Amino acid sequence: MSNFISLILGVLFSVGLSVSGMINPAKVIGFLDIFRDWDYRLILVMAAAVGVNLLLFPLILKGRPKLVKNFNLSLKKNIDSHLILGAILFGVGWGIAGICPGPGIVNLSRFEGQSITFILSMSVGMYLCSFVKSK
Amino acid sequence: MNSNIYPLIGGVILGLSSSLMLWLLGQITGISGIYYNALNFKNGSWRFFFIIGLILGGGLIKTIWPELFNFNIFSNYYEIVIAGLLVGFGTKLGNGCTSGHGVCGLGRLSVRSLIATLVFMSAGIMTVFIRGSL
Repeated sequence: MSNFISLILGVLFSVGLSVSGMINPAKVIGFLDIFRDWDYRLILVMAAAVGVNLLLFPLILKGRPKLVKNFNLSLKKNIDSHLILGAILFGVGWGIAGICPGPGIVNLSRFEGQSITFILSMSVGMYLCSFVKSK
Repeated sequence: MNSNIYPLIGGVILGLSSSLMLWLLGQITGISGIYYNALNFKNGSWRFFFIIGLILGGGLIKTIWPELFNFNIFSNYYEIVIAGLLVGFGTKLGNGCTSGHGVCGLGRLSVRSLIATLVFMSAGIMTVFIRGSL
């Protein structure tokens, strides 16, 4: 049951990314280009998504999850160098190609070289980080 | 497509999907983490199914609403490889991306996620600015 629901939520999230325009790298770059010809529209995506969650998360967290025993939430609170450096590297990568992980995975459905290369390369980056961290 | 309605509707769908995920499965919808843990067959096959759902959803939209997929990925392979490596390394090191820190972390009022979001947005803005000035 959990797997089926997760599949459906994946489809739903994918629809959200597609409808919002987040899957289009040109729109993402236009959104990040605030000093020139700024396309503000993707801020509406973030505002709407965060708005819904700001409203619903507190209500949900008052109760218990429906299909599992406990919520699985990050308990990390500290602002450390890993968080900052990680966010910088991610931001630079995002700014180069205009693709973040969600849209990158959705774009695998395009069956084209660049989309597949991006995800392969992203996977290598993740393993590389995990390897460096373990040293 | 010149209206603001698509970004707003898309955003609401993203919010609903991540709220339903928290309500039903108790999980945060952070794509980079879900993907990495699915690759490593971490306990809980839901992650694997979520990723499959993302790809199937793309295929579905491409079929019923092809205009949304009517764009090009303009970067060359050299840029794609560099960007992918940075996105992968960075999201693993910083424990999250646009969905985990942005959509969900901000929704939880997490200071950590707020800082991460401000930093990666600024880094993205700077990168686009610098590249546009070259």
